[in-house]
Order: sequence, then C-alpha cells, then structure tokens
Amino acid sequence: MMLPAAEKEKFQQLLMAAIDGELSAEEKPQFERYVREYPECHAEWQKYLKLKEVTQTMQFTKPAPEVWDRYWVSIYNRLERGIGWIVFSIGCVILLTYGGFKMIEAVVTDSKLEAIVKIGIIALIGGLLIVLVSVIREKIFTARTDKYQKEVQR
Amino acid sequence: MNDTPQPERQQDERLVSRCQAGDIQAFGVLVEKYKQRAYFTALGLTGSHDEALDISQEAFVRAYRVIAGFQAERSGFFTWYYQILRNLCFNFLRDRAKRARPFSEVEASENSLQNIADESSNPAVIAERNELKDAVWRAINSLKDDDREIILLRDFQDLSYKEIAAMLDCPLGTVMSRLFNARWQLREKLEGYLG
Repeated sequence: MMLPAAEKEKFQQLLMAAIDGELSAEEKPQFERYVREYPECHAEWQKYLKLKEVTQTMQFTKPAPEVWDRYWVSIYNRLERGIGWIVFSIGCVILLTYGGFKMIEAVVTDSKLEAIVKIGIIALIGGLLIVLVSVIREKIFTARTDKYQKEVQR
Repeated sequence: MNDTPQPERQQDERLVSRCQAGDIQAFGVLVEKYKQRAYFTALGLTGSHDEALDISQEAFVRAYRVIAGFQAERSGFFTWYYQILRNLCFNFLRDRAKRARPFSEVEASENSLQNIADESSNPAVIAERNELKDAVWRAINSLKDDDREIILLRDFQDLSYKEIAAMLDCPLGTVMSRLFNARWQLREKLEGYLG
C-alpha cells in the first residue's frame, strides 16, 4: 500500500519529530500508524535513523581554554576602540569647523587680498564643507536603511 | 516567541536593561553566558576557527551598539543576537564565495555557494574523526546555507524545534519541513556511505 500524496508532508514532519524525540503524545500513534501500515514509511524511517545516529555523535573540536579567557577582553577592546573613534571624529569635526570659520573670517577681513582670491578660497572651503556634509548624510542614511539594522530590531 | 526558560529569561532581561542603561559589565555577563554557543554556531556556518571567533565577537560588538533598540520582552537575548550572527556569517560566506570565483561566474551562480571548495569543508573542526564523520562533514558543507544552518542548529547545537522556530522566526511545521528537506539532501549525498 502506497502512502497517499496528500499525507506525504505530514509524514515527513512526523518523521523528523520522531527521530529527534520531539513527537507529542497525540502525534506518536499517528506516526506509528504510518510506519505500521506503509512499508515505504518504515524504510524511510530506518534510513533517517542511520543518518541521525552519525550526526548526533559529531561534535566540534573545542578551542584552547585561553581562547575563552581572551574572548570578552577582545570584545571590550573593540567596543572601547569604537567609542574612541567616535570621540576622535567629533574632535576633528569641531576643530575643522572652527578652523574653517576663522579662516573665512580672516580672508573676508583681509584688505590686502584681491576679491578673486577671496572668492576662490571661500569656494574651496564651501565645496569641502558640502562634500563633508554629503558624506555624513550618506553614512547616516545608510545606517537607517541598512537591511541588517532592520533585521536585528525585532 | 518565548524560547528561553523563564528564570533564565528574566535574568537576561535584567542584564539587557542594565546594558541599555550603559552598564558594559552587564553585557560582559551576557557574553560570558553565550560565548560558546555563539562561537560554535559561527564555526558550524563558516567552518573556520579564526573566522568563527572573529565573527562571533563582531556580532557581540554590533549587538551592544544596537541593544538600546532591543525589546527583551519580545524575544530572548540569544534569539535576537543570533539574527546578527547569522547575517554576518552569511555575508562572510557570500564574500568568500565571490572571492573564490572569477568575476564572470559570480552572477551566474549567485545562490550556489555549495560548490565552492574552501576551508569550511575541512573536517579538522570535527572532534573524534573517522572516514564516515569526515564524509558527513563534507556533505554538510556542500549543502545550501539554509539547509546547513538548520542541521547545525538541530544536530550540533542540540536545540529544540521550539528554540529553532524562535531563532529562525518561523512556525514549528516549517522547521520540520526544512529539516526534512535538508536531511534528504544530506542523505542523497551520503548514499554510498549510509547504504
């Protein structure tokens, strides 16, 4: 007797639960009926049991104990460095902004400089500022729309 | 989905609250608690000790950076952390597969990482090796990422179906169906060994 096609998926699910010891009390008689009544189900069960026998004895090699000792320290260092870089970046932005402002002020108030030179210097600083703002905006936008970011905030 | 035992979950929730208040030492406690599970999960997916160590640590770093947005009442800490870890692992595998192939082949076989011969198929990561176990490990590594993942979670991490369902954010029936498909693939590859 062949297992009806409509029951195949149910049997496959019960088969997995049976070999993993996850059958519920209600599912157990249902699975036993499949195995008893359909020889193909019995044969399938035996094949998957063999596979399970091998995989359940497999384990990964354990790393040296020192690996575990250094594990948290390494994470802590990475976190600390990350904070360090943020603080460093803030410092750079503040100093560059202040320096840029002072430079523009000096250029504008310098009566010896020709107008064309003043325009050139202001355009240079202005252009740099636009690029800087654009890069920062892109970084922030990428962080907000990052697929990975969405997935972790479940 | 509630996948962690209640007292343990409450303890994690308290630690997460402390982390969200800026207590990095509380995060250290969470790391100590889950580091082995994290490392072995990454080892199973990447097949490399160094990468598993680096990726599992990087996942903890990223978890800490976004922990303010984590809602501990919705899922367990490790379940949430696992999403970060698996994304990093799969990104790593994708990058490694791309590096291992000439550029022209990349687009043609975007989803067939299984054919790439690399260090992940090295059975040295398996304890108490023999010919059969080596063959099984190679076969596991030749599976598609999703198939390999579910076998590793069940047979190597020894997680219950309920825990797997929570970690993969899918119903129990899907876990069983995915396990069947993955094991069917594995059995096909090991036909000569298992008879």
